[in-house]
Amino acid sequence: MSETQTAPGATTFDAIARRLSALPELSNEEVLRYSRHLILPEVGLEGQRRLKAARVLLVGAGGLGSPLALYLAAAGVGHMGLVDFDVVDVTNLQRQVLHGTKDVGRLKLDSARDRVADINPHVTLETYETQLTSQNALEIVRDYDLVIDGTDNFPTRYLVNDACVLTGKPNVYGSIFRFEGQASVFATDDGPCYRCLFREPPPPGLVPSCAEGGVLGVLPGLVGTIQATEAIKLILGVGQPLIGRLLLIDTLRMQFRTLKLQRDPTCPACGTRELKELIDYEEFCGVRKAAAEARAAQAIPEVTPRELAERLARGDDVDVLDVREPHEWEIARIPGARLVPLGTLAEVLPTLDPTREIVVHCKGGSRSAKAVRQMQAAGFQRVWNLAGGILRWSDEVDGRVAKY
Amino acid sequence: MPITITLPTVLAKLADDQRTVEAQGATLGETIADVATRFPQLAPRLRDADGNPYAFVTFYLNDEDIRFTGGFAAPVRDGDEVTVVPAIAGG
Repeated sequence: MSETQTAPGATTFDAIARRLSALPELSNEEVLRYSRHLILPEVGLEGQRRLKAARVLLVGAGGLGSPLALYLAAAGVGHMGLVDFDVVDVTNLQRQVLHGTKDVGRLKLDSARDRVADINPHVTLETYETQLTSQNALEIVRDYDLVIDGTDNFPTRYLVNDACVLTGKPNVYGSIFRFEGQASVFATDDGPCYRCLFREPPPPGLVPSCAEGGVLGVLPGLVGTIQATEAIKLILGVGQPLIGRLLLIDTLRMQFRTLKLQRDPTCPACGTRELKELIDYEEFCGVRKAAAEARAAQAIPEVTPRELAERLARGDDVDVLDVREPHEWEIARIPGARLVPLGTLAEVLPTLDPTREIVVHCKGGSRSAKAVRQMQAAGFQRVWNLAGGILRWSDEVDGRVAKY
Repeated sequence: MPITITLPTVLAKLADDQRTVEAQGATLGETIADVATRFPQLAPRLRDADGNPYAFVTFYLNDEDIRFTGGFAAPVRDGDEVTVVPAIAGG
């Protein structure tokens, strides 16, 4: 495209190039709606028309996807695609402001459609009720100018990155955990990609998910609005986008820091380009292997919550250990259990009676499975894992025990 | 003056809840080994069993990605600052 126009005051970089003559006109209602944009010289009438012409793909309608969809719709991004297959859960509402209490149980795409239509009827929202996969990603991504990664797992992050590199679309990256976030713009013509930053994912289970590790509710708001800002800058062709820079956000210290990122000449995606097509990302991230190991781990002796409750009611001598953390113990506990956080189990083992029957539990059953393995390795033979943890106890034995 | 290593909160809990720890060494690898010895629980989150960096934890030495400046063999000097950036995936 030879006739690339940029807004006044713009820093030149290769933005989403569109010929001025190809940009849609704004109606009088739109001119009024976007007046606070139009009086910014960096946006102006032309920039607002660029936003209207823009096609942005959001992957994920969760924590990051919420502020992204809301602000990009309000800003007048003309065409948004949204990929998600999830249903609104009550535990989402602490941070996923795209969805409301009335939406619990609905498809996230349905509540997103309602909210976006309410915020800005001039926006077309195309929804994809599917998981992004190696089979569908290129086809979906090709229809867009840029992609915003609001996913919540490593396989999809590598998939989004590789699909962007292969199709030449910028990947506006954001990621969050507990109180910290990261943001960058990957896969532009000259910049690095996600694989240049992290060549390989951590093995499954090493880095807890937000469901396991928690996340401050406003954090996706902060990081998602940073991604939205970067997307708008790319569309307008103004400012210095986070290309070749990694923004680290630390909300506890309230520090923002940018580190230099370089394209790695040995990167298989954007460096050597030996990656010519999408791969099996579950395999790449070791998810299949981990699932097989989890099945093998089911050889661990288990007791169901009902069985344990019956035994306790009978007065059987069972030592119930809770290997969760103290702050989880504060939320809910099983009567008669005693708290031994997993990290302290090794110290406590010598004080346990290996002739007694021991049942170990946690929130959902995976930490306690580790504890059972650890105890078996230490010679304990009369030890069982509580299947499904305290969550299943709440479902099947005592609904008064809070789920979290 | 020793070398300062800044940890993300997720790793700080494995270093007695310290966000910054001070360490000694002539190279980045030695500095990380010093920290790993003092905080055994943190050790496997910083480098593999052979003492090599992981592909999912990036180290910055004074804002430079160490993979482009010699990796763990990169020399460090008193007063240098090392930032540990692990991969996170939440969204």
